[in-house]
Amino acid sequence: MTTSEQSAASSAATGLHVPGYIRDHEVHPPLDYPGYRSTALRHPKRPLTLLPHMLTEVTNPVLGQDRVGETDHDLTRQHAEEPQGQRIIVHGQVRDSDGTPIPHTLVEIWQANAGGRYRHTGDNWPCPLDPNFTGVGRTLTDAEGRYRFITIRPGAYPWRNHDNAWRPAHIHFSLFGRAFTQRLVSQMYFPGDPLFFQDPMWNSIPDPKARERLVARFDYANTVPEWALAFEWDIVLRGQEQTPFEDTEAEDDE
Amino acid sequence: MPETTPSQTVGPYLHIGLPWADGPFAAAEGTPGGLWLRGTLYDGAGAPVTDGLIETWQADPNGRFAHPADPRGAVPYPGFRAFGRCPTDATGQYAIHTLKPGPVPGPAGPQAPHIDVSVFARGMLHRVVTRIYFPEEEAANAADPVLASVPEGQPRQSLIAHSTGDGYQFDIYLQGENETAFFDI
Repeated sequence: MTTSEQSAASSAATGLHVPGYIRDHEVHPPLDYPGYRSTALRHPKRPLTLLPHMLTEVTNPVLGQDRVGETDHDLTRQHAEEPQGQRIIVHGQVRDSDGTPIPHTLVEIWQANAGGRYRHTGDNWPCPLDPNFTGVGRTLTDAEGRYRFITIRPGAYPWRNHDNAWRPAHIHFSLFGRAFTQRLVSQMYFPGDPLFFQDPMWNSIPDPKARERLVARFDYANTVPEWALAFEWDIVLRGQEQTPFEDTEAEDDE
Repeated sequence: MPETTPSQTVGPYLHIGLPWADGPFAAAEGTPGGLWLRGTLYDGAGAPVTDGLIETWQADPNGRFAHPADPRGAVPYPGFRAFGRCPTDATGQYAIHTLKPGPVPGPAGPQAPHIDVSVFARGMLHRVVTRIYFPEEEAANAADPVLASVPEGQPRQSLIAHSTGDGYQFDIYLQGENETAFFDI
């Protein structure tokens, strides 16, 4: 047995406590949501079993710059020419619910083109593809948890969930954070979209205030003159629970 | 209530954004001890889910994580990323090349070797999470506190993979009589 194996075996024998992450179920949509028809056969019906957060749950892959190509953050520079549409900057900060920024974490995005069509074999509604737009981006947050993409504003598109159903314009986001518990896939929307009222994705979020957290803020200060409008969208992942020791300290301070 | 960002579905077009060319290789090809973890994702009608995404996360063969939250130190394991990502194909199948994890310390002693799994798909407004355990680890499984917390019988059995010629089979049933046990994470 090597030294590391011995130390692993000994901590396994004595027990290892790690701080868990705050559970935030009330924030998220239910898995069973009749307004979104495809949930019907794709949600578990049995109660979930509580999984205490242990080592596997408080860790996750540490992904580096090797996952990100040179033009991955700029969706307007991935082809010979620029894509059609309104050029935009989408930027923001990734942090924990206690306000701690999450540095060097992978942010992945995908989206439709300016007309609302995805470069995907399953999307064939009558809207042209743009030969200069793939609609996929990746970046790592910086030391302060900030990310920045350059892209074009995606269009709304129809789908068949209900009569005259249209998805509000959105960009899909995938986040890792720093723990398995923090993994999040979501969608960023644009302010003032008139399609929210009939969108089951939007309406599935129980708390109207939580829905608003998916809407980017138009950011005039970071809009670049004669080049691109800016939108700011901060992403907040679950924070860590305080350890019992820290709880005691907090009480003493009060 | 923490003011966290709500989840939304990956939708039907996740394939343009999420799969990586090396996604299925939690362990690089040729890594000693490499095995294939395969399975099919099913919906409540027993139909394969052909537009899902499976992600796996696990300890290395020594039960350790190359991550700063592992108090024993973040030690990389050669050829091993520990994270796998694979979209389901036209038959609902996924395949991840990985290594068998070692036992992982827990608050009340060692946990049986296990792999954490996230399932994403159109029609799922949030991921679901499950765990894979190993059929040959009978004693460790019997002592595992997480397995013990899952109702006995089919639900608990649903978390044990089956041995195959080159690894393990772990089918995932989102709903129905064979429904996989899922966790509140």
